[in-house]
Formats: sequence, C-alpha cells, structure tokens
Amino acid sequence: MKIVKAAIAGTLESSDLVVKVSPGEEGLDITISSEVFKQFGEQIAAVVKETLAALNVTQGEIIIEDKGALDCVIRARLQAAILRGAERTDIVWEKL
Amino acid sequence: MMKKLRRSMLFLPGSSAAMLSTAFIYRPDSIMFDLEDAVSLKEKDSARLLVFHALQHPLYKEIETVVRINPLNTPFGLKDVEAAVRGGADVIRLPKTDTPDDIDQLESEIARIEAECGRPVGSTKLMAAIETAVGVINAVAIAKSSPRLMGIALAAFDYVMDMQTERSDGSELFYARCAVLHAARGAGIDAFDVVYADIDDEAGFLKEVELIKRLGFNGKSLINPRQIEIVHNAYAPTQEEVDYAERVIAAAEEGDRQGLGVVSLNGKMIDAPIINHARVVLDRKNASGVRQ
Repeated sequence: MKIVKAAIAGTLESSDLVVKVSPGEEGLDITISSEVFKQFGEQIAAVVKETLAALNVTQGEIIIEDKGALDCVIRARLQAAILRGAERTDIVWEKL
Repeated sequence: MMKKLRRSMLFLPGSSAAMLSTAFIYRPDSIMFDLEDAVSLKEKDSARLLVFHALQHPLYKEIETVVRINPLNTPFGLKDVEAAVRGGADVIRLPKTDTPDDIDQLESEIARIEAECGRPVGSTKLMAAIETAVGVINAVAIAKSSPRLMGIALAAFDYVMDMQTERSDGSELFYARCAVLHAARGAGIDAFDVVYADIDDEAGFLKEVELIKRLGFNGKSLINPRQIEIVHNAYAPTQEEVDYAERVIAAAEEGDRQGLGVVSLNGKMIDAPIINHARVVLDRKNASGVRQ
C-alpha cells in the first residue's frame, strides 16, 4: 500500500496516540515518541513494524506520538492513518 | 442454566481510545460500542478500526459486546457490520428499525460475512432499536423476524421527536414502553429501556429504573459508568424476596422427591411460573447480592 498524501489519525488524550504519515521514496522513516518509551518502546516499535508489514507499506514517513495506548489502539490508529494517506476505502480485513 | 442477565448496557463512543481501554473494569452486563450518533462523520473510519481491534482484546472476551452500527442506508452501515462481525462482536444493534425487512437485510449481510471470515453462521446476535412511531407499531413483527434477535430496545430521543413531544415524566413513553415490552415477551426475547441523560440526577434516574423494572424490562441502556451500580442494586432482590424464593425452591424440590405434581407452601399452590420467578430472584441475588 502506497502513501500518496499526508494524513493523520488519533488524539493526544491519555491512552491514545497520534499517527502522522506522509509520502516518501526511500524506504520507511519511523519516529516514535512515547511517555512510556522506556518500558514499552520495543513493544510499540514491534507493533508498528508488524502493522506496516501486514499492509505492505514500504515507503513513507511515519511519526508516532504515544500517550500510553494499548497495542490494539496503536494498530487501529496506524491503520487509520495509512488508509487515509493511501486514499483507500477498500479494506482487506484479514490484513488488519 | 442461569439466563444471561442484561440489566446494564453501557454505551461507549467508538472513537474514544481512553474509554475503550478502560470500560471493562466497570463490569456492566453488556458493553455497547457506538459507531453511530456518538461518532462524528470524519471519524467514522477510525472509530470502526478502534472497535474492530478492541473487540479482539482479551479483556473483552469475558463480557458481552454489542456494536451499534450506522443504518445500512448510509455509506457507513455495511462497513460497520464488517468490522463488528469480523471483530467478534456478540451482538449488533441496528438503529432505527422500522420493519422486519430492515432485520432481513442486515441478517443476510451478517450471514455472508460470517461465512467469509470463518465464524459460525448464526453466531452473531441482533438487537433491534425502535426509534419511531412506525417501529413501535411494527414491534411485534420486528421482534419475531429473526432467530438471531436477542432483544429489542426502545430509543427515546428520536422517538419523542417523531411523536412531536419531548422527554418529561415518562408518560410520553408509556405506550411505546408497553408495546416494545409486549413484543419482546411475545417473541421470548429481552427488552431494554432508554438512556437517562441527566447523569447528575441520581434520584430521577433511580425513579425511572424502578418504573422500568416494575414494567418488566430486562435492563437499561446507560451512558455513564456511575449508573451501573444503581441499576444492579435496584434489580437486586430484597432479603425477604430471597428468603421466599429459597422456600419456594425447597418446596418444589421436596415435591419432586415425593413425586407430587403440585406442591404448596404455607397453604398456597406453587406452580411453574412461581418456581421460575424464584429462580430469577436467586439468579439476581447471585449476580449482585441482596438489595442495599
């Protein structure tokens, strides 16, 4: 799935996160900041990478500002931002 | 087997990550993820994904989950059904149900999605929300329209507007409550009452809960976790009711042992409806204790 425009999803409320995506030509550039990065940074990065791989996203800039979200919320917000940025409405549910 | 209690059905906005991440701690009988009125048009897509993933969280596996979808005649309705069925929702609530055809249409979509995603066909239950005068008139036919229906709910906000009135002391809902309740009982399914919007008016809320319990509703839709305990306590039996129910069950069991068709307690005949009611009282006591 190719990101064709800048898009955003989520909020900065507690237990949520904001995901910003924008197009890029040279691989993935992922930036993660989190209030709980020290404890859960590796786990958050793993969820992000797994989610991007499932959607076959290989290029683009991904900026994540986490406020202590559960893994299921991270997946949902990242997928929402990617689908918006890719201008896709045809969801393949098995890949989510 | 104990019948599933549905005294409290807590509404959560499907777009709120914070509420979706914590609501299970309040232990309502059912949790309803709302994708309809509580979600703005520009967040329908992200809320649908949030609910899809929250449904699969292990902490929601131990509680009955309901998803209120958008009507099928909107651009969102069918996508909501996809997310709810594939996410594993126990029940889908259809808003603005006016005719049995509305249920038929939804049911065929659910059956298709269940087959596609490998979920047992028929495992997704349905709840019809009655929100108009036409829906109330058709409540009997709606309640009997599908074996998937586990209940019907009255929704007051749209209904009172359709009736050209407004919420007041409850008299404006009297006919609709009775009609929905009779339709549910005639079909052997549950009936759910409207939300009480003024969360700071506990006395008014409790008065309404007492009324709908006396009418016979299984429970009520709630918009604030603070309302859960009030409802559960109102539905809990008194010690006197528990004592009587235990005597009824003991008398019935003794009658069974002696091979008697009919038994009596304190000179009064104990028949099947009285025994069934005694079991309901004891189920409620087991769920939430004795009324405080």
